[in-house]
Amino acid sequence: MNAAGYPELLWLTAPEIVVALAALLVLVLDLSLLRRSTLAVRFGAATLVASLGCLLAVVVLLKFPAQGDLPAGMLVVNPLTQLVQMALLGLAILILLLVSSTRFSTHVGEYCALILFATTSMMLLVSTQNLLVIFITIEFLSLSLYILTGFNKQSQASAEAGLKYFLFGGMSAGILLFGMSLLYGLSGSLALDRIALAVKASPGDPLLTLAVVMVVTGFGFKIAAAPFHMWAPEVYQGAPTWSATLVASSSKVASFFALFVFFFVGLMGAAGSAARGAYSIGWAPLIAIVAVASMLWGNLAAIAQTSVRRLLAYSAIGHAGYMLIALVAHNQRGFVSLVYYVITYALATVGAFGVLAALEDERVDSITDFRGLSKRAPDLSFCLLIFLLSLAGIPPLAGFFGKFYVFVSALDGADHSSLLWLVLLALAMSVVSFYYYLKVLKQAYVFEPATGVAAIRVPATTRIALWVTAALVVLLGCLPDLLLDRIANAILDFIS
Amino acid sequence: MLAWTIYLSFMGAAAVTLTPGKSPTVARLTALLTTLAGLFIAIVAVAHHPSGGTVTLVRAPWMPRLGIEYHLAADGISLVLVLLTGLAAVAGVLFSWNIETRVKDFFGLYLLLIGAVYGVFLSFDLFLLFVFYELAIIPKYFLIAIWGSTRREYAAMKLVLYSFAGSALVLAGMVAAYVVSGQRTLNLEALAHFPFSPHFQMWAFPLVFVGFAVLAGMWPFHTWAPTGHAAAPTAASMLLAGVVMKLGAYGCLRVAIMLFPHGLDPWGFHVLGFGSWQQVFAVLAVIGIVYGASVALVQKDLKFVVGYSSVSHMGFVLLGLMTLNQIGLSGAVYQMFSHGIIAGLLFAVVGRMVYDRTHTRDLGELSRMPLARTIPFAAVTFVLAFMASIGLPGFSGFIAELEVLVGSWRAFPWMAWIAGFGILVGIAFSWRALQATFFGEPAATPEQAMPPITLPERLGACLLLASTIVLGLYPRLLMDLILPSLNGPLFEQLRQGGWR
Repeated sequence: MNAAGYPELLWLTAPEIVVALAALLVLVLDLSLLRRSTLAVRFGAATLVASLGCLLAVVVLLKFPAQGDLPAGMLVVNPLTQLVQMALLGLAILILLLVSSTRFSTHVGEYCALILFATTSMMLLVSTQNLLVIFITIEFLSLSLYILTGFNKQSQASAEAGLKYFLFGGMSAGILLFGMSLLYGLSGSLALDRIALAVKASPGDPLLTLAVVMVVTGFGFKIAAAPFHMWAPEVYQGAPTWSATLVASSSKVASFFALFVFFFVGLMGAAGSAARGAYSIGWAPLIAIVAVASMLWGNLAAIAQTSVRRLLAYSAIGHAGYMLIALVAHNQRGFVSLVYYVITYALATVGAFGVLAALEDERVDSITDFRGLSKRAPDLSFCLLIFLLSLAGIPPLAGFFGKFYVFVSALDGADHSSLLWLVLLALAMSVVSFYYYLKVLKQAYVFEPATGVAAIRVPATTRIALWVTAALVVLLGCLPDLLLDRIANAILDFIS
Repeated sequence: MLAWTIYLSFMGAAAVTLTPGKSPTVARLTALLTTLAGLFIAIVAVAHHPSGGTVTLVRAPWMPRLGIEYHLAADGISLVLVLLTGLAAVAGVLFSWNIETRVKDFFGLYLLLIGAVYGVFLSFDLFLLFVFYELAIIPKYFLIAIWGSTRREYAAMKLVLYSFAGSALVLAGMVAAYVVSGQRTLNLEALAHFPFSPHFQMWAFPLVFVGFAVLAGMWPFHTWAPTGHAAAPTAASMLLAGVVMKLGAYGCLRVAIMLFPHGLDPWGFHVLGFGSWQQVFAVLAVIGIVYGASVALVQKDLKFVVGYSSVSHMGFVLLGLMTLNQIGLSGAVYQMFSHGIIAGLLFAVVGRMVYDRTHTRDLGELSRMPLARTIPFAAVTFVLAFMASIGLPGFSGFIAELEVLVGSWRAFPWMAWIAGFGILVGIAFSWRALQATFFGEPAATPEQAMPPITLPERLGACLLLASTIVLGLYPRLLMDLILPSLNGPLFEQLRQGGWR
């Protein structure tokens, strides 16, 4: 590593810069040229410019893939981070497509710009291995998300959700920062690879244990793992649907990736083991506890929900548990399976929320509001079927393969049965999850609509977004190698 | 060509759902033609099958990174069940000719289920088998929840949760087999020859066996079966009892027993008198036989009688599997076929011929109706079906149950006695149901006019009756498929040089 100049910095962050510039452009355009236009035009134009910005960033990533590191791990750009960045940009485009047909706010430019800012911060978060930059990007991301959550000024629930999110978030950011400062004190460095050396030198340090607990807490909040999940149901329910989509999908991708990199690169020496009969202290058993709590609490609490948004929130907590199993396994296959799982999970979630967004005018919230959806909007309910079955893990959809591969990674150790208990628990909980997803689908397919309700009109952009997402979920489920090969090759590159 | 049974069914499902227009006749005819084509292909394949061979239909890399293949193949055992599926599918369409609500959806889901079932029987890659196995769950739910009767939502949910829980266990076993073998393959042939350590087989076998046996209605995991059968529309009950329960039994044989035969070896110690998984599951099977028959004896709802009789008859399949000798195993496979046909027939009579006309399944109410006079065809069919069901010579059930009993006599004689007692109880409940339904004492009320038995019903009943009688008189037709397969290379580890 050598001292880097501005040209290299600009070169490495070109995609992020494109997105940030697009955000500024959206702001300027909306506040100047489009000021007197109707809301429909403003939303259309702003989302168009914003998606073009994301598209341009994808093109930059594909055509000019700069790779390299900045000193102290401040920026680590490699094929893997670029792959995740592309996934984030793709999700952002899908969300912007959903936003384009809404009229819910007059602050059009700000809303779209915030989505882009959140995307920028996530792109930076996945391409750094430096404590300070990780913290700053997480805060940048959180700030954007707080505002996006509380954006609907007409809604009390939105404001309440924003405030709750902010309070929980601020608290956990403090804890995360405390943990990071302990790690810094321990190793004298902010770079994860340096920290890894220090951790390897003194794996049993009590200070390290404390730091690990704090870091797990901080990240646990971002990924909505139990018992740090309190904010999730409120935000999913209260936030404007599109903001909730962002919180539920791409922010999960970025946070899970950052979490894995943090532990995989920085703290590998202190992993310990959660294996049955070979328990040893470290973060793996801690993560295993969080995973168990998330799977149990998320899936069991979801049964009792009557609001679809809250149901999705609790199911997200359960899914966080499944994904953490890959971290408990902490092998290379686990890394691959986590990236695959979180991307496909995000796709299905965008889809499920997209259906909710399409039903925004119907004020759909309770499960029974889906009654007779298959008659009122056949294509919408078919998409919902695909997304929910993918979340439930039914083959041949992407969610099934994600689970399958996570379990393969968990059992792929020296002693194959050591993590079997975790896999069996996950399987039991996925049966539970099948029950509540089916409850929603039952309303949509089994019951006839109440008499006198009209068919639902779905805007073309929403329809496109939903069909594309559904096609991806099916495609990645039937041919997982399309994505898996890229991830695996990139991770090989990343590790070497 | 056999692979087209799957593709045709899926294409038929798509065609039925996507064709514009609301004409129910078009949907029915499409479904009938699709299932007839499937049956035709199955018959041709049976006729041309080389004895004892495994015919590879398709083999292509699917997920090269994981070594998972798209591998369809058929040996004698798969063919028997494919033939059963073909017969049951055609009969099911004929017996659901009178469905009027959401006809297109009904036949779409029906064909989807059929396609998935064909897929399970023809998959020779465990991953592919599992995909089809789970794919069959979803249509089951909607078929029961939308077109069902008594407590349909409860029954549908219970059924799919049991199925899904069972398949979760199978998934755990499958992942374990994948990583433990370390061969980067889930090919059944390769895994069947892989020497898994006895210790691994000891815990993988019960995991997978129980997972599949849930769907085969093994006591005490059978409770989904009677409620599900009773709630389902006629065609779905026919398929559930006739084919879907066989998915479970087939999985027990094809995956659990074939891949992990040493899981059945003695443990070397005794818990509650049990010395091996073989004994545990054999006892559960026998309990299922007696329990199912006894409970059927006291049911008031005619469909529950038939539902519990299914549990009892599937007990024979599981008992046959647990004998681990050639005659018991072949009897088990024969019983899968035989019960598939007979249960389909019984449900057709109960659900379609009787219930759709009388709108009651209560034995007390039925006994006050002069059904033997108003619908004599149903009465004759029912008598024949119950004769087949209780295992009278000349019907396929006789061969199957006799073989299972002989097989279990060799493995554990005292259980053959209890199973034989179960057959007697079976005669009792059949007699009771038959008497109450068709030969009760009609009340003095004037006879209600009932729609006559339609042509599709006659055709379906004749098809199934003919099958069970032909196979009862000439069992070699299927035995020539089953026995060479059991003696083939796939079950080499089970035989260990000779049958136990």
